Amino acid sequence: MKPAPFAYVRAETLDQVFDLLDEHGDDARILAGGQSLMATLNMRLSAPEILIDINGIDGLSDITTEGDTLKIGALARHSQVLESSDVAAYAPLISKAMPHVAHQAIRNRGTFGGSVAFADPAAELPAVTRALGAQMVIQGRSGQRKVAADDYFQGLFETDMKENEVLVGVEIPRIKDGEKTAFMELARRHGDYAIVGIAVQGRVDGGNFDDMRLGFFGAGDQPILAKSASAALNGQPNNEDTIKKAQDALDADLDPMPDLNGPAEMKMHLARVLTKRALAELAA
Amino acid sequence: MDQNITITMNVNGQTVSRNIPARTNLVDFVRYEMELTGSHVGCEHGVCGACTIRVNGDIVRGCLMLAAQAEGATVETIEGLSDSGEIADLQKAFHERNAVQCGFCTPGMLLTAEELLKKHPSPSREEIREFISGNYCRCTGYQAIVDAIERVAEERNG
Repeated sequence: MKPAPFAYVRAETLDQVFDLLDEHGDDARILAGGQSLMATLNMRLSAPEILIDINGIDGLSDITTEGDTLKIGALARHSQVLESSDVAAYAPLISKAMPHVAHQAIRNRGTFGGSVAFADPAAELPAVTRALGAQMVIQGRSGQRKVAADDYFQGLFETDMKENEVLVGVEIPRIKDGEKTAFMELARRHGDYAIVGIAVQGRVDGGNFDDMRLGFFGAGDQPILAKSASAALNGQPNNEDTIKKAQDALDADLDPMPDLNGPAEMKMHLARVLTKRALAELAA
Repeated sequence: MDQNITITMNVNGQTVSRNIPARTNLVDFVRYEMELTGSHVGCEHGVCGACTIRVNGDIVRGCLMLAAQAEGATVETIEGLSDSGEIADLQKAFHERNAVQCGFCTPGMLLTAEELLKKHPSPSREEIREFISGNYCRCTGYQAIVDAIERVAEERNG
């Protein structure tokens, strides 16, 4: 199908975006990489009156480091993030996840900020930001505010952002010495949305798990940080008994929705399987 | 509000300017405005890869980008890559290895294969499969396509 008609504005400044958002409210949509939005427009699941293209705004696509913080501009393309040596050094979990984000032609257009702002519970990057304890940098007309990933995601495609705000970047704390990462997902075709997936960062010191953060996608109505399972691991030895307790704790953390891939019970099973595999890789 | 927009871009070496509905996606623009029908329209939501087009040197989904977003861009379609001879070896290998049956996926597959070989000149069969995973082919079972891309990689590496 083709999109319903709309007007199109190529914004040059954020102030221009705020003006248009104030004027059009719900009838406006922000166009970043467009790799989700264009599909929903084509299928007429969404029919805004006006698209505000932010791709031409300067300074929103840089990837920089400042002290122990990695800053990814909202308009950084997935392929740019994948090829960034700063990302690989500061947040290797993102580098591991990125090859699973769709396909090359989509990674060439899709943006890091777009994925985070869209907040698809089945997408890789929102869950990765939770596992990494990222901060979202949100700009409004009156200034910037930062929101922790744990507070940012609030439900199905719902975030803490207000109508007249724009996500301008994501800040990620640098991985600490001894911390390790693992990323896995199950999908019918490489690059497709996962049936369920896991993104983990944490440490195994002297045979004990610590500082574990298990992020899940495709496992509920939003990207999930599995707090019960993480708690079941911290301070415990890396053995079958501990991993079984973490797997069991997932019942309290995850609430997968049945879909065309299968029932919720199947997804819970797959989440437990992935947890065991990811922890084995992390500890290896 | 004006639902039309005037855009200027370079398509296969030719600078063109058109006034079009803003909702026109890039693949429809090259097919209907430029009458370059080699880029195909399959699923229209980014899954099948038949609409693959090159914009400023990188492949994109032609159905997930507005023509308006290609303002000032260099756009290359299968016709451009074919005429320039850039992918002549890939086309020959696809032909000889019978990696083309109905041909619907072939233009997108060729552009994707060319991007793979530019980024990774010596891919393994597994890497070839992963890279073309965003391009559906319902005829060949992919085996012949992987064979053809593998052969061209070997040839280009001398």
